[in-house]
Amino acid sequence: MTYSFELPLLVLLILTAGGAIVVKDLISAVIILGSYSFFLAIVWAWLGAVDVAFVEAVVGAGLATVFFLLTLFGAAPKDTLIRRTPPPIAAVIALPVLGLLLLYAADDLPAFGDLQAPASVHVSPYYLQNSLSDTQTPNVVTAVLMDYRALDTMMETAVIFTAGIACWLILRRRAS
Amino acid sequence: MIHTGHESIVVRRSAALLIPIMQLFGLYVLFFGQYGPGGGFVGGVMLGASLIAGILIFGPDGQPAAAAKKLLKTDGLGLLIFVGVGGLCLIGGGAFLNYSHMQLPGLDGPTRRYVGIILTQIGVAADIAVAAVSIVFSLYAASSDEVSNG
Repeated sequence: MTYSFELPLLVLLILTAGGAIVVKDLISAVIILGSYSFFLAIVWAWLGAVDVAFVEAVVGAGLATVFFLLTLFGAAPKDTLIRRTPPPIAAVIALPVLGLLLLYAADDLPAFGDLQAPASVHVSPYYLQNSLSDTQTPNVVTAVLMDYRALDTMMETAVIFTAGIACWLILRRRAS
Repeated sequence: MIHTGHESIVVRRSAALLIPIMQLFGLYVLFFGQYGPGGGFVGGVMLGASLIAGILIFGPDGQPAAAAKKLLKTDGLGLLIFVGVGGLCLIGGGAFLNYSHMQLPGLDGPTRRYVGIILTQIGVAADIAVAAVSIVFSLYAASSDEVSNG
């Protein structure tokens, strides 16, 4: 059985994603969403993207859950319960069709680990061959993220800085 | 509920033991990013999470929260380190963020890029840790608004 590990993970992912939508209590939904992030982290690690798995586990399952819970603890108990209206008929028809279309299109994606895929013939061979002698950094992901693509990372840092400074402004307004 | 911290002595004592270990592990992850999974983003989130744990367990008026509040004044320092490293490369005569042009005497190009990666990782980690803490403080401020307005 080739899918002995992937198949239970896929079932767990779908169950937790659906459970987070179906459940009536927002706090339970947040906890289920955290476990969804954790299973997603296992999927990333299984596919070999250990750095992404690490970030998903720490940010998705850890920090985001804490932020959501803090927000909900600050709200009144009646606000954390959701009354759901049934979805419109158009969405019930359109979303499965969209899902089938995506499944149909997924057939054209390059196979996992394909050496001739567009992503692995452009710049990645250069990074894999030269990053150690260029930067003395054994982890290629770090070398690409912090050196070859440092400007992208700087802009991401600027985005996070903006989030921090916006919170600082809220605090300042309350203090005055 | 969240404005007093946690009363249980078990939680408080184990937090006092665990938070320094969390910070040590965050630093380890930050500097191990050169050799394995980890780096500035994850290390910064871990350092921020250790501060957040102190705020949550000892309350927003406790001693860890006071230390974290002082840390909020360094918001922007991380980005400044990152951009400053880029500026040093410009001064050295290279392109922005081309670390091999940083004028560090006694080091060759690859070692300069290695040092540049470490410095920018520290910048990213400092930026993220402070941003996470300031988000938590503003959530506290918003929820105390709710309480005082009824």
